[in-house]
Amino acid sequence: MACRVWLMTALALLGAPTFVWAQQQALPVDEIAPGVFVHSGKTALMTRENAGAIANIGFIIGESAVAVIDTGGSVREGQQLLAAIRARTDRPIRYVINTHGHPDHMFGNIAFVQDGTSFVGHRNLPRALTTRGPFYIEAFRRIMGGELIDDVRMVPPTILVDGITTLDLGSRTLTLRAWPAAHTDNDLTVLDEQTRILFAGDLVFLSHTPVLDGSLRGWLDVIDELATLPAQRVVPGHGVVSEWPAALADQRRYLQTLASDVRALIASGKSITAAAGAAAAAERSRWQLFDDFHARNATAAFSEIEWE
Amino acid sequence: MSGYRFRLSCLAGLLGVMLGAPLAPAAAPDPNDPWPGLVQDIFNNRAMNDGADIIGIEMPYRAEDAAIVPVTLRSKLPPGDSRRVLRITLVIDQNPAPLAAKFELGPDANVSEISTRVRINNYTDVHAVAELSDGKLYMAKTYVKASGGCSAPAAKTADDARSRLGQMRYRQFARPGQGPASGAREAQIMIGHPSNSGLQMDQVTQLYTPAFFIDRLQIWQDDSPVLAMEGGISISEDPNIRFTYVSNGAKRFRAEARDTEGHIFRNEWKIDDSSM
Repeated sequence: MACRVWLMTALALLGAPTFVWAQQQALPVDEIAPGVFVHSGKTALMTRENAGAIANIGFIIGESAVAVIDTGGSVREGQQLLAAIRARTDRPIRYVINTHGHPDHMFGNIAFVQDGTSFVGHRNLPRALTTRGPFYIEAFRRIMGGELIDDVRMVPPTILVDGITTLDLGSRTLTLRAWPAAHTDNDLTVLDEQTRILFAGDLVFLSHTPVLDGSLRGWLDVIDELATLPAQRVVPGHGVVSEWPAALADQRRYLQTLASDVRALIASGKSITAAAGAAAAAERSRWQLFDDFHARNATAAFSEIEWE
Repeated sequence: MSGYRFRLSCLAGLLGVMLGAPLAPAAAPDPNDPWPGLVQDIFNNRAMNDGADIIGIEMPYRAEDAAIVPVTLRSKLPPGDSRRVLRITLVIDQNPAPLAAKFELGPDANVSEISTRVRINNYTDVHAVAELSDGKLYMAKTYVKASGGCSAPAAKTADDARSRLGQMRYRQFARPGQGPASGAREAQIMIGHPSNSGLQMDQVTQLYTPAFFIDRLQIWQDDSPVLAMEGGISISEDPNIRFTYVSNGAKRFRAEARDTEGHIFRNEWKIDDSSM
């Protein structure tokens, strides 16, 4: 692919260490339904040690093609996912679908750039990558180090989804749906019609504290809509593969509690700083990584709800 | 075409790598400390006096949400001190535009506390510099760790931010233990505005989105200035300013904001003393 050749040439000209697209070990994946493979991310923050492999990512094999759903939190994880696919099929990877623009779901994109592969995302994804990409790369270079991050590129979607789109993998249809602002303003879900497996991206969290980076009120509305999808099981963005729609219950309770507590704090004249400490404190024992994400959720919720 | 676009964005990425040398986390004796340069650029190298007893700056130790980091500035001048705070400048050393805001305090409003919200891009010192009526500058600082995870100093819902453009809201708060007799008040002004930094390159057009933010906000009680803020791209979207002041008995509160496209947003509200 032109980009890759160009990159390598340019990096060589710059005297940067030439990165090696080495044969990677295959990422461990489970076949949760016929032709549907999932790597279960570790419930953790992205670190040098875990190479960013914290999100659930996967792929679906049809009769004529493969679709990848999210590419992981580093180029290395993306390469390992590619190796896992190649260990199972030599059918072409026609689509790489990004469920949204967060680093743990799309830093591996560059590993899949080649002729014949289309990148697919929400119509708002290009804007999100533009406004956030350079910041993400810089921030995660600090955290994970240059070796894992220097090769990351914000590969934007070439197929944009607005509303509902289907992709055909050969006797296998994927239904993609772009959602209004919820977890982010560029959330996309993928339903495999054959197995009724729903890849929900970060519209669904289990165990891992939900992360609010879009709209709290929007997310609560989207949860109600999501519940009507004809899925049997869900691959959440974080947490274990679960029955549908029961998997939504914990997250709905958390977000509802957050919204009502923040509303009450605003009504009583409390400051945004006070809200970060006080809202939804009862949820603390029910989630992992609560101290890493909850205060920011409350901060974001406050700045949204104060405009009601 | 898409290949061409790809190549351009690759090149842009590489240029970014070449130009943006990674910044080391700020530490006090760091030779890369931007503060001396900022004192020169922003304050014309005027002497900085220790402001520990003059001005307080409060921020969370970690920026939970990079786009919305609360900051509170507080005057520590003791009652009876004959000096007055004329203005307070807020500087976020490691941000792309370090001069975050300049607040002018109304001569008769006795503003003693100002809270707003800023964007934090990196591990950074944040300085508050108060200029007093004695003509001297007094500096206090704090340190903020950058946020982790997928938090970014950008709009969460860029469409919503646009749809609120120019909406203004005013709110009064009851201050515990301060009845109407004391004249002390606490109020808040919010302005809907996307506050675009202009630092992002559009991947399709390869052009930088123009910066678009509130650059001036003025607040009066009747015709007497309470507070004015000159802001930049480090102020969070939907600028929000909460402050204490002393009432002059005015019946009206007025605010006027101007953005970089020249829009003027004005509003006024009746001051409600019944809830005080």
